[in-house]
Amino acid sequence: MLDAIVLQILNGLDKGSAYALIALGLTLVFGTLGLVNFAHGALFMLGAFCAVAFQNLLTLSTKVKDPSVTFFDAYKDEPYLKTWFGDAGQTIIDYSAPLSLILTIPVMLAIGLVMERSLVRFFYRRSHAEQILVTFGLAIVLQEIVKAVFGANPIPVPAPPAFAGTADIGTWIGLGSGIVYPWWRLIYFGFSIAVIAGVFSFLRFTTYGMVVRAGMRDRETVGLLGIDIDRRFAVVFGLAAVVAGSAGAIYAPIVSPDYHLGMEFLVLSFVVVVVGGMGSLAGAVLAGFLLGILQSFASMNEVKEIIPGIDQVILYLAAVVVLLVRPRGLLGRAGLMES
Amino acid sequence: MRALIGSRDAILVAVLAAAVLTMPFWLAPIGAGYPDLLQRFAIYGIFAIGFNILFGLTGYLSFGHAAFLGVGSYATMWSFKLLTMNALPAILLSAVLAGVAAAVIGFFSLKRAGIYFSILTLAFAQMSYNLAYSVLTPITNGETGLRVIRGDPHILDRAVGWQEGDSLPNPDFFGLNLSGWAGFYFCAVVLIVAFVIALRITRSPLGLTLRAIKSNQTRMGYVGFHTRPYTLAAFVISGMYAGLAGSLLVVTDPLVGAERMQWTASGEVVLMTILGGVGTLTGPLIGAAVIKYFENVFSSFNEQTLQQAFSFLPEPLATATARILGLFVGSGWELTLGVVFMLVVIFQPQGIVHGAGRIGRAVRPSSAGPNGPVERQPAE
Repeated sequence: MLDAIVLQILNGLDKGSAYALIALGLTLVFGTLGLVNFAHGALFMLGAFCAVAFQNLLTLSTKVKDPSVTFFDAYKDEPYLKTWFGDAGQTIIDYSAPLSLILTIPVMLAIGLVMERSLVRFFYRRSHAEQILVTFGLAIVLQEIVKAVFGANPIPVPAPPAFAGTADIGTWIGLGSGIVYPWWRLIYFGFSIAVIAGVFSFLRFTTYGMVVRAGMRDRETVGLLGIDIDRRFAVVFGLAAVVAGSAGAIYAPIVSPDYHLGMEFLVLSFVVVVVGGMGSLAGAVLAGFLLGILQSFASMNEVKEIIPGIDQVILYLAAVVVLLVRPRGLLGRAGLMES
Repeated sequence: MRALIGSRDAILVAVLAAAVLTMPFWLAPIGAGYPDLLQRFAIYGIFAIGFNILFGLTGYLSFGHAAFLGVGSYATMWSFKLLTMNALPAILLSAVLAGVAAAVIGFFSLKRAGIYFSILTLAFAQMSYNLAYSVLTPITNGETGLRVIRGDPHILDRAVGWQEGDSLPNPDFFGLNLSGWAGFYFCAVVLIVAFVIALRITRSPLGLTLRAIKSNQTRMGYVGFHTRPYTLAAFVISGMYAGLAGSLLVVTDPLVGAERMQWTASGEVVLMTILGGVGTLTGPLIGAAVIKYFENVFSSFNEQTLQQAFSFLPEPLATATARILGLFVGSGWELTLGVVFMLVVIFQPQGIVHGAGRIGRAVRPSSAGPNGPVERQPAE
């Protein structure tokens, strides 16, 4: 029984990590800029496709003669990297998923900044409904562009072979060998913890972050102090894009990304944000992990036998209950967006 | 007519009815003169008119109306399978069931306003969608979709002596087979009735109250109005319209799958309403027709047809143009939709009808059409 519980908690962690990272970016943007960003799921999806693009880039191939076929001239594809660097090149290709962060971070930062400067900033003073609509339109555009470039089918991005197997977590914590868990999901969990810690320490311990937090509290006063708060908030938007994008890039080996990956996560991330409390960063992270775990418990067969279909609706149900009972969410500040 | 609605509105209804019923003639030159497309204009027009009663009048942005569309569709299908192939009981049953569903969802969702309301409706709609795919499979037939099959009971039809023939029965209206043009005219008549009802609601004290809620809910509370029953009424009415639209989709094409309940369908009706003009009477209708028309036109193009169209250009230029435009047509139609969506929200968030009104006023400074002028937002 304990085995089953530990296993479900672990199962919930990788989904929960993804929810937490997306919700963190959503909340960051909402808390600083007051913007409801329906294109945030699309940023997650773009990050995953950065990993795909990077993999494609690394495996650019040339035709070489296949020496194993001797009867006739046969040709096979060989990546340039392998031709040039031999086994070292192959190792680089194997690690394309984590290495893709080299590409993802600058690309997502650029996308975030361009989005903010060219479109989003004109919507700060408009109603939430209009913000939702314009970013929803943007999300459609982004996903259709990805579909046009990469096609409609999911594209597998393999995890590095060193992490392809499963970790024997049960024996580590002394519960026997019954509990195994894929390495890459464990790494994803560690990565998300690192990113979350990074974002929080950036806001907590740097002067830049302090100003941003001050701006979240009272934008006008910070502006009156002679600080260009708009510029800082634009950077925050870029940061949120980077968080979502890198989350997507590292998530790519877990689910082969396709173009509507973003939409699938978007709705759920909003649920997460609402449960955590609009505008509360810690709440978003907490709710992300909690809901991930809740979902994996709900998809246990034992639970499904009692309440059929519960795994399909549990997160929405959680959101509905939270919104009706405690509209400020788990850790939301009283009075903020509570109408 | 004059007793029912004001004389100005009577003219509006008469013009609209004439325009809708003669669509097959005046839309033929732009390639839209066939029943399959025209009935979609009418059906989505009903959907958008209903959505506008909620969003346009009260300002509550629902992202879950696809659920009611789905309820309407399934209700109609079961009415066909169990009771009779007559469309009249089917559409009435659908509207009622969708209204019940809307009452339940609205009761909870309307406890919150603003973005929370949007997320609540979205959550409920996603729940319905997920359930339709999983545990409700006995009712919805899951991914395969539900259709009329041989051996269905058709209780009422059999009671009046109907025998199952070789071919599957078609939806009818007291003996009139509702395929082809008959289907379009059936939808058109329902649309006109739906429009008159919406007009009545807008002009009624209820409509006035709803608009007052949009402009300042707090003040309404101070004046002594308990606003919840009014917003719930608007929500239920718009849910019934959505159910009616879902029902007509099945009447004209007897197959229903759960994908029509997906939340992007809710997004589409929002777009139709906004594109046409939020809060106007004819706007949503125009928005729905424009979107369905361009969806039809754009998805029928492909790169070859574009290549031919641009063949007057020098060869490399023609290929390049065709390739770039090719992204926006065929299966890339959604890209166009997204771009249009953004442009409308950015530049003309009040929609086509208001835009036309603005041009009209620029030309004739003192004139104002029957539904052109905008109620200005009162100062807060």
